Amino acid sequence: MTVATETEYEVVIGLETHIQLQTASKMFCGCSADYANAAPNSHVCPVCLGMPGVLPVINSKAIEYIIKLGLALHCEIPEYSKFDRKNYFYPDLVKGYQISQFDLPICINGWLEIEVEGRRKRIGITRIHQEEDTGKLTHTNLNGEEVTLVDYNRSGVPLMECVSEPDISTPAEARAYLTKLRQMVRWLGIGTGNMDEGALRCDANVSIMPKGSKVFGTKIEIKNMNSISAVHEALGFEIKRQEEELQAGAVLKQQTRGWDEEKRVTVFQRLKEGSSDYRYFPEPDLPPLQLQADYLAQIRTSLPELPEARRDRFIQEYDLSLYEAELLTGSRATADWFEESLGEEKTPQRARATANWILNELFAHLKEKGAELDEAKIQPRQLASLIDLVQKGTITPKSAKEVFEEMFATGREAAEIVKEKGLPQLSDEAALATVVDKVIAESPKAVADFRAGKEASLNFLIGGVMKATRGTANKDVVTRLLREKLS
Amino acid sequence: MELYDLTLKEASEKLRKHEVSSLELTEAQLRRIEEVDEKVKAYLSVTADLALQQARLVDASMYGEASSGSSQLRSPLAGIPMALKDVFSTRGVRTTCGSKILENFVPIYDATVAQRLKQAGTILLGKTNMDEFAMGSSTENSSYFPTHNPWDLETVPGGSSGGSSAAVAARECFFALGSDTGGSIRQPASLCGVVGLKPTYGRVSRYGLVAFASSLDHVGPFTRTVEDCALVMNCLAGHDERDSTSINAPVPDYTKALIPDLKGIRLALPKEYFVEGMDPGVEQAVRAAVTKLEELGAEVDEVSMPHTKYALSTYYIIAPAEASANLARYDGVKYGLSDVDAQTMWESFFQTRDKGFGKEVKRRIMIGTYALSSGYYDAYYIKAQKARTMIKGDFDKVYEKFDAIICATSPTVAFKIGAKANDPLAMYLSDVLTIAANMSGVPGISVPCGFSEGLPVGLQILGPVLGEEKVLRVAYAYEQATNWHKQNPPL
Repeated sequence: MTVATETEYEVVIGLETHIQLQTASKMFCGCSADYANAAPNSHVCPVCLGMPGVLPVINSKAIEYIIKLGLALHCEIPEYSKFDRKNYFYPDLVKGYQISQFDLPICINGWLEIEVEGRRKRIGITRIHQEEDTGKLTHTNLNGEEVTLVDYNRSGVPLMECVSEPDISTPAEARAYLTKLRQMVRWLGIGTGNMDEGALRCDANVSIMPKGSKVFGTKIEIKNMNSISAVHEALGFEIKRQEEELQAGAVLKQQTRGWDEEKRVTVFQRLKEGSSDYRYFPEPDLPPLQLQADYLAQIRTSLPELPEARRDRFIQEYDLSLYEAELLTGSRATADWFEESLGEEKTPQRARATANWILNELFAHLKEKGAELDEAKIQPRQLASLIDLVQKGTITPKSAKEVFEEMFATGREAAEIVKEKGLPQLSDEAALATVVDKVIAESPKAVADFRAGKEASLNFLIGGVMKATRGTANKDVVTRLLREKLS
Repeated sequence: MELYDLTLKEASEKLRKHEVSSLELTEAQLRRIEEVDEKVKAYLSVTADLALQQARLVDASMYGEASSGSSQLRSPLAGIPMALKDVFSTRGVRTTCGSKILENFVPIYDATVAQRLKQAGTILLGKTNMDEFAMGSSTENSSYFPTHNPWDLETVPGGSSGGSSAAVAARECFFALGSDTGGSIRQPASLCGVVGLKPTYGRVSRYGLVAFASSLDHVGPFTRTVEDCALVMNCLAGHDERDSTSINAPVPDYTKALIPDLKGIRLALPKEYFVEGMDPGVEQAVRAAVTKLEELGAEVDEVSMPHTKYALSTYYIIAPAEASANLARYDGVKYGLSDVDAQTMWESFFQTRDKGFGKEVKRRIMIGTYALSSGYYDAYYIKAQKARTMIKGDFDKVYEKFDAIICATSPTVAFKIGAKANDPLAMYLSDVLTIAANMSGVPGISVPCGFSEGLPVGLQILGPVLGEEKVLRVAYAYEQATNWHKQNPPL
């Protein structure tokens, strides 16, 4: 009897990510781009409704934003770029064509570095192009009739499409790529990157082939994933499904599948026979973009310090671990918060203490409250003054936690809380000596043990003093006094 | 002489001298429309009430003490009744583009040119007939009715702006606007014996001009005289932030270009523009005009523009390609005709477009869709763009040595209604002399230069980019030395 050996497969994943730009106005007209918080069809004008005779005018802020992302992702920004019309019919597409970019996008040939299980890898960025969003369809029942309603508030909202090279080999890498990409979008302040709101949408192309094969497997597209974890899970499911199909001798057909959030499976949607013919041609209503070198230089100068550079600087300058530095540069807001609370005191020791407070206390409290950093009542300078109080020995680290609690809840100053709670650390020897004498008198057994050479009994006595002073005693002073008095 | 017989300039002067009111001019025009439009059929809609109301307002502003010195008073166009081709978006006034698909469409905004004319204090009499979506050369492709040439009611007025050219020729307005994608201002101006100018691409805003072929569409005026044309251009020309293809260059006072002699002017006569099949009467009239221009001091030399022969076929790739996208928005979802009986979304799209569009529009959408399809794109669209560049090159070369090009506007005079209706290729040839100027974006004018078989012939003068002043100067000098523009059709 022979045992069939299971074929090992190699996975090839490429991601297409649509990202909305957070500009004040739409891509080609002056309407507010804040479509989500408005009554249906209230942020519209003749242009974004595609009325006969209207013409588009480019939102220069959107161009600036896409160039920012392109530069941050190490893309080339060719001097010459143009818009094209992508033709197809759908009720949410007002003009019957989408203004997009076909063969000459604004950003090309970049990369993004990810790290999975300690291994760094560069994922190539094929291109990032600029386009406009469509309206939104809602299928509903209105007075007993099945209807589809159209809201054009989203029509014309600036959208970028970022296409990766098929360099991604595992669902975990896809997750890391998307997390990084979203981090960058937020870091640059060009979009919210919120997948649940549709501000970031990702379609995945995945194929598998026997390990070492030179021929790519059949490409299958997955849509409808509305979180990064959904992308991770859908890819995992799909890879397994394709493996099982191939093992069973089936031939995969090029197709589009949808992620079913409820059932946690990918579902067949339609076959893809050849590529759709969108009949792209240059948009005659918009002159080509000529991006001058000094304009690009100006944008490059305006870029903030990017996450990786800042992470590496944190490691170098503050002697933080890679892990700490990664967490502190998870968002620009966190990194800013950290450095703001450091203030002028940039010693590694101070940095470590500050990092600990942020990563342990602050993050835990925020998580518990389900709040974001910008909602925190406590301010960076306030945390700094709390750390000052500990380092000067005014309060104990234990009291500091209590004070932090209060600061987080109310946003009040540390000194004020310390004063109110009567928490200053007892360093006054005369006052402490009285307490020490009292504890010695009350603990004859521990005193005897210590004198008999049982060093651990000292801790019991220190604990007694701390308890009597509600944790406010300066531990160093207490230890010294006890040793003096018992020797 | 009736009030409607006045030129724009004359009417404007009378208004300024308070010899006539805007209301009187408007009423005279409305009476004229009532009198003759049954025969001419130039108008798709007449906005009589609105016109009278606007005229009273302008009169109040011109005569009233309170608003004397207002900007309306300053424009020579203030109080002048005019017409717009039904291709311009007019807020609150039905705009059909000559199509059933927009039969009851009332726009919510004004085209930039409509707004400029409104601000200048002109009076909108109504919207004029046209070939559906400006596709045609006879106005027979209107989904409503054909327009008749005032010189011979059995012939076409040309197209696609035939309603506007006929309205000006029949003195149913003091001036009118049209659009010109392949000759749609100049050709009907020629066939109706009036002045029609297609300015440089980008000189006049396209915002609110319902698009046919965006890279070829132009907006321009129809008038009875060259001077009137300059007056209207003073109002229309200028940069518009809402049109990204509009040119940001200073606008001259075009009336200053009207000099009645042509000393030092060099004119090119391209031999390729005397095409096969040209009416002998047309060629004769144009040759006579050349002699007249020489008498006025111009130097005329024959030149060759070798790529002219590709203009027509190039045009019939690029224009339909752009049109196929521009007309995709008429799907019945947002406005216009909508087939609500359809069972499915796709059925509704198909039925709406099937019922709403006429034959010629469908033909061009199909040609354009085909030319853009993958596998054909390079062979058609890309090749046509290359040919377009070469056609432009011909013009650039000529303008290195010459101030303007002269030729016939149309190879024939007005033809009988129905004569070419079933022969699209014969119809397309009507634009053979005008199309190259749309490809290259250069300004061109048609001025009356005689008659053949009792019907008007037009002389076309093409200038370099932003050379409207040169074009107007040659046209003006010629017009002042001849009497053709003083002839009126026998209505």
